[in-house]
Amino acid sequence: MLKIHCPYCDEQREEEEFSYSGEAHISRPLDPGALSDADWADYLFFRKNTRGWHHEMWQHSAGCRRYFNVTRHTVTYEIFESYPMGTTPKALPKGDAR
Amino acid sequence: MGRYSVFSLMKNALSYHENWQAAWHSPKPKKHYDVIIIGGGGHGLATAYYLAKEHGITNVAVVEKGYLGGGNTARNTTIIRSNYLWDEASQLYELSMKLWEGLSQELNFNVMFSQRGVLNLGHSLQDMRDIARRVNANRLNGIDGEVLGVAEIQKIVPLLNCSPTSRYPVLGASWQPRGGTARHDAVAWGYARAAAAMGVDLIQQCEVSGIRTSAGKVVGVETSQGFIGAPKVGCVVAGNSGVVAAMAGMRLPIESRPLQAMVSEPLKPCLDTVVMSNAVHGYISQSDKGDLVIGAGVDQYNGYGQRGSFHVIEHTMQAICELFPAFSRVRMNRQWGGIVDTCPDACPIVSKTSVQGLFFNCGWGTGGFKATPGSGYVFADTVAHDRPHPLAEAFTIDRFTSGALIDEHGAAGVAH
Amino acid sequence: MSLENTQKNRLAIGGRIDRSRALSFTFNGKRYSGFLGDTLASALLANGVDVVGRSFKYSRPRGIMTAGAEEPNAIVQLGHGAATIPNLRATQVALYDGLEARSVNGWPNVNFDLTRIFSLFGRLMPPGFYYKTFMGPKKLWMFYEHFIRKGAGLGRAPTVRDPDIYDRINQHCDVLVVGAGPAGLAAALAAARTGARVIIADEQEEFGGSLLASDVNIDGKAAAHWLAVTLAELAKFETVTMLPRSTVFGYYDHNFLTIAERCSDHIALTNDKAARQRIHRVRAREVVLACGAIERPLVFAACDVPGVMLAGAVSTYINRYAVTPGKGLILFTNNDRAYETALHWHASGRQVVAVVDSRHNPQGDLVQKAAAKGVKVLTGHAVIEVLGGKRVKGAMVAPLSADGSKLTGQAKALQCDTIASSGGWNPVVHLSSHTGAKPIWDEEIIGFRPGKSTQAERSVGAAAGTYDTASCLAEGDASGVQAAINCGHSAVATSYNVTGETAAGPAQALFLLPHGKPTSRAPYQFVDYQLDVTAAGIELAAREGYTSVEHVKRYTAMGFGTDQGKLGNINGMAILARKLNQTIAETGTTIFRPSYTPTTFGTIAGRDVGELFDSARFTAVQHWHEQAGAKFEDVGQWKRPWYFPKTGEDMDDAVGRECLAVRNHVGILDASTLGKIDIQGPDAAEFLNRVYTNAYLKLAPGKCRYGVMLGEDGMIFDDGVTACLGENHYLMFTTTGGAAGVLNWLEIWHQTEWPELKVYFTSVTDHWTTATVTGPNARKVIAKVCSDIDLDGDAFKFMDWRDGTVSGVKARVFRISFTGELSYEVNVPAHYGRHVWEKLIEAGAEFGITPYGTETMHVLRAEKGFIIVGQDTDGSVTPYDMNMAWVVSSKKSFSFLGKRSLDRSDCTRTMRKQLVGLKTMDPLDVLPEGAQIVNERNAPIPAAMQGHVTSSYYSACLERSIALAVVKGGLDRLGEQVFCPLADGRVIAAEIVSSVFYDPSGARQNV
Repeated sequence: MLKIHCPYCDEQREEEEFSYSGEAHISRPLDPGALSDADWADYLFFRKNTRGWHHEMWQHSAGCRRYFNVTRHTVTYEIFESYPMGTTPKALPKGDAR
Repeated sequence: MGRYSVFSLMKNALSYHENWQAAWHSPKPKKHYDVIIIGGGGHGLATAYYLAKEHGITNVAVVEKGYLGGGNTARNTTIIRSNYLWDEASQLYELSMKLWEGLSQELNFNVMFSQRGVLNLGHSLQDMRDIARRVNANRLNGIDGEVLGVAEIQKIVPLLNCSPTSRYPVLGASWQPRGGTARHDAVAWGYARAAAAMGVDLIQQCEVSGIRTSAGKVVGVETSQGFIGAPKVGCVVAGNSGVVAAMAGMRLPIESRPLQAMVSEPLKPCLDTVVMSNAVHGYISQSDKGDLVIGAGVDQYNGYGQRGSFHVIEHTMQAICELFPAFSRVRMNRQWGGIVDTCPDACPIVSKTSVQGLFFNCGWGTGGFKATPGSGYVFADTVAHDRPHPLAEAFTIDRFTSGALIDEHGAAGVAH
Repeated sequence: MSLENTQKNRLAIGGRIDRSRALSFTFNGKRYSGFLGDTLASALLANGVDVVGRSFKYSRPRGIMTAGAEEPNAIVQLGHGAATIPNLRATQVALYDGLEARSVNGWPNVNFDLTRIFSLFGRLMPPGFYYKTFMGPKKLWMFYEHFIRKGAGLGRAPTVRDPDIYDRINQHCDVLVVGAGPAGLAAALAAARTGARVIIADEQEEFGGSLLASDVNIDGKAAAHWLAVTLAELAKFETVTMLPRSTVFGYYDHNFLTIAERCSDHIALTNDKAARQRIHRVRAREVVLACGAIERPLVFAACDVPGVMLAGAVSTYINRYAVTPGKGLILFTNNDRAYETALHWHASGRQVVAVVDSRHNPQGDLVQKAAAKGVKVLTGHAVIEVLGGKRVKGAMVAPLSADGSKLTGQAKALQCDTIASSGGWNPVVHLSSHTGAKPIWDEEIIGFRPGKSTQAERSVGAAAGTYDTASCLAEGDASGVQAAINCGHSAVATSYNVTGETAAGPAQALFLLPHGKPTSRAPYQFVDYQLDVTAAGIELAAREGYTSVEHVKRYTAMGFGTDQGKLGNINGMAILARKLNQTIAETGTTIFRPSYTPTTFGTIAGRDVGELFDSARFTAVQHWHEQAGAKFEDVGQWKRPWYFPKTGEDMDDAVGRECLAVRNHVGILDASTLGKIDIQGPDAAEFLNRVYTNAYLKLAPGKCRYGVMLGEDGMIFDDGVTACLGENHYLMFTTTGGAAGVLNWLEIWHQTEWPELKVYFTSVTDHWTTATVTGPNARKVIAKVCSDIDLDGDAFKFMDWRDGTVSGVKARVFRISFTGELSYEVNVPAHYGRHVWEKLIEAGAEFGITPYGTETMHVLRAEKGFIIVGQDTDGSVTPYDMNMAWVVSSKKSFSFLGKRSLDRSDCTRTMRKQLVGLKTMDPLDVLPEGAQIVNERNAPIPAAMQGHVTSSYYSACLERSIALAVVKGGLDRLGEQVFCPLADGRVIAAEIVSSVFYDPSGARQNV
């Protein structure tokens, strides 16, 4: 069970308070109508599904209800950082954090 | 390959079992094959077997980074059923079911396919509508199914809590008598032995690190045992589909997540069928060894760690104790996780790709084990003929572009 | 009966048992006595009970082998009836007065077991035999399987509801110490002295671990004294939680560990006063794993005969329980430390027949000490076979080559009744392994050490392969200091002065002993006792190509018993490695998984069972509904009135009456469960415009609009009415089940894509009670309780809303309709909900007001062709499929959510399933919901399905059945006949019609 830092509440809380919301930094195309079906499908469904350090969105759903990003390793499940929406992540650590 | 039978067993007993042949050999890879299958799990081994048996393509290598059948084949809860909602899915799973029904004899390896029936419980009026819809569709597709009332359910599963005063009372169930369980490891081993006997090379401890292409065509794979050439490569790497796709410069509409399961200590027979409840979130059967085999839900986050979060186990146990209040004093012996590759529509991808000669068979989500024979069968056909098998036509990767999804979880489909 | 008579193996003095508290218990129906402080195992050994179980496959008699969690044989069922507990290990069951235990296998009993006959066929049952047989004829597998299942399993599950409850506690601490032996206690003490919050848990009945039976002195006092002083000091810290009888069974991510505490299992079968067991969910900043080591037996022929025990276990029984479990001992060892057992046995006054040491020239102090006591030591020898059936009668002992690989002379028989076996120790790496750390083989300690972990943890003491008390204390102290420092405390090291310890010489790496016959022909050389896995079985697996350690495990079932391979797995791996000419490091280990020892389902489930399984939500009017005799339906977590039967009415009667009342007079529905989201901000309208398919920019205060939301995939996701409450202020209604999902949906788009929009969302579902008053008399009813709203049809129009007062309560009244009748949805703060509801009922009495439930609501809306998201839609339909093109605005400049997907080829093709009505040819036939639709009456199987019935009812108002369905190309097929083949063999014919059955012009709601 993960322990997640909410950057807005500035607290480490249990995973049960949070909802996972998928890969981070996927922007909705500004003009969907201009996209080909393939490009639209790419936005809708296709994901990096990284094995390793992964930027992902979480919501503090049973807390402040705000969305933020987390850099988490998908094999060791270590969390490197959490950072507010709209900010850029730090450079990725090499290998595992510890 | 010596045939297995009670007579071979007696004969070998006389020589203290010193003369059994190896079920398969572990050769060094050749330089070149007609087809390379990446992934020595149940689906990959079945693909190799049907390539050899149905299409006469025996110059095949299965390359496996660990040991045969060591991924989700070794980690699932062994449930087999074909009562899927949509025509496309149910026909694929029904092909599988028919293959299961003769598999032990075909492979000369007892996979212990046990048709003890599968119950899917309904706990709300909408559950019951969905159950009726699915059962009606199954029957019209030639798949066995019935809608059962509470009294009939109680007769089949005496220990099930059918009290009308429980938090989410059981209102009814769908019942597929031909559904059941099989011995998961045996499926991989049976296919491996039969494929090896036809000349397929099973190469274990051989990790693929790259897919080599030239002018849009696949030419082979880089592995920890060197480059192996082939004009056709089939990827059947549940739990790592995204990783292997990335080697070919592709992304997939797949996310990999932990799926947990657990077993109790062995008990004398107390549960004859498979009982599944989507609304209460738990499913359970009893193995031939006597363990209660219990499946949990998928964890919310992406993960390749083959372990999940404990609260998922708690919720599953709450569901099991709610459904079977007598099992509350039974003890959990072991708990583990697999990695499931989930597609947005909870249906698999069996498909050619933009790279000529490169094929993917993935995205089976939580439903992969039951599909093993059918998956291998249609994928072998797809690889052999370089076009989707008719039953796989709906499962190409193009559906995510056209929008022709086969939404098994959005509809009445059961998730496992 | 005097104690001497029943407890023939009980020593006159010593041990930690309370001789003043004699306890009576039964085993397999026979009465025995023991003492407080005994385990069931120690009491059985004291009473000279040899056979406690039968093995799984060969039904061999089995005795107590160990004194702890690794016990494979002494598996018992406790008690009977609802409180019975299957599969407990006698070695971990604390004895209490009146305890009833019985063996789980053996028929008719363990001493006279007729199923032993199966063992005659043992040679026909090598590993994997079932994969090779029972294959024909095809149909017969289930027949064979029936008998296989009957023979399998250990204990029996209870058959009625568990009478006990189970608790759950969330804990946080600086340092969690697992294991309260010398290393764990030193760690806990060091950390506690810094002020750190410490939890120390140990699975045993009392703290102390090896100190409970130790000969050493610590700081000049006996180990037991140091133990008592340390426990007393720890108990004084308010920051320390001490948990005996508490097994840390799982180590999860981010230092989350689970502890199962057995609160009352040492007292009785059930606990009628409090929780029987309790789970502690611990989030620890630092973890010290001091969980000890498990002794490894040596593998030789017939090493499973009762009387063969682990050497350490024999010492434990002598020292802690004052039980010497036999008369004449042979100790068989490859290491020095086990010599202590011979010394303990000797000290208890019984005969040590011999120490058989596989090493040719052992030199350690303990070896000298044994020789000095006159114990006969046979060096360079091995026990190669045990004599005896239900109890050891002797051992075949033979000279062994220096490398342990072959015999160098004739075996001779030595008489004894007990064989203590020690092949070295395996550190308990299980918890470390749960975190994903891979154990590492260490030739030095001849065992696996914990691997590198990504968690804030460290293993110390025997768990890290350190076996002498002085080092355990030092490591423990250092780890406690370091852990506390890591938590921000300042700490100083303590040094302990340990005396009386004997240095151990080098051990020999030895696992399987040779026999005069090859492994395949020797008598069974057991590796995994519970599952009857033998050395020959492992070699056979390797011969057949199952060379991965995981394959061997799975092919032979090694390690799949309730002891999870704690006793046998390392031996098994060593045997496999030798067979494959590999090192153990190359062979590798398997991954340990939770649970460390089996954990009760109920303990994991905690209190969230029965009525606490999931919260139930009720509206403010719930008690009125109950008093009115409502039947309830579960909708998500909500309990909603389904229908209100009057005496003698069944559901059809009640629903028919309720429907007619609404259509002809007036009805009232509790619609409070509908999701309500308050939306405010200058950009609220723009936001709504983006998430709904239709336009919202021009919705004026006082007005309402129905909208549909799509997922980005273009599929209908929710629907409902949104009202403009004022400038920049809206109230959105969602479906009952969709409320939470819709709020998430709004929040994610706002926060992640459009943070520049100034808009705020608040869930207000529970703030309001919503009473829908609907029917031709609705206006008259409202007029009686509301005087400050002009109810005139021209002043307060359909799809308007007004602020006002209803029965003295500030209310919002919405003229929206889900029935197609004149409707007022009266919203009042939930605190006044019941009051207003009752006033409405009172006011409506003269007009025949009739409360109705969800079923009538469904019928009425179906008559109007209004969809229910989730019933008529299933996540695969667009608004066009639902014949709702009118709700999709093509004029909006912003590409609303889901719009782009509607243009994909599959969404624009013909023959998509579309919402239509169905009228059965026989108006009294009500199609079952979920019926599938085909084109021909006798469609061959597999049939080409055209769609299915989504909603279907008998309409009392129309005096016929009606149904909604989705049908391929349905909107172009009005008037066509289709067929619904049912499971009972009937085929019902129906005509495709418009989905609006009643008042197609909408005149009735618009008056």
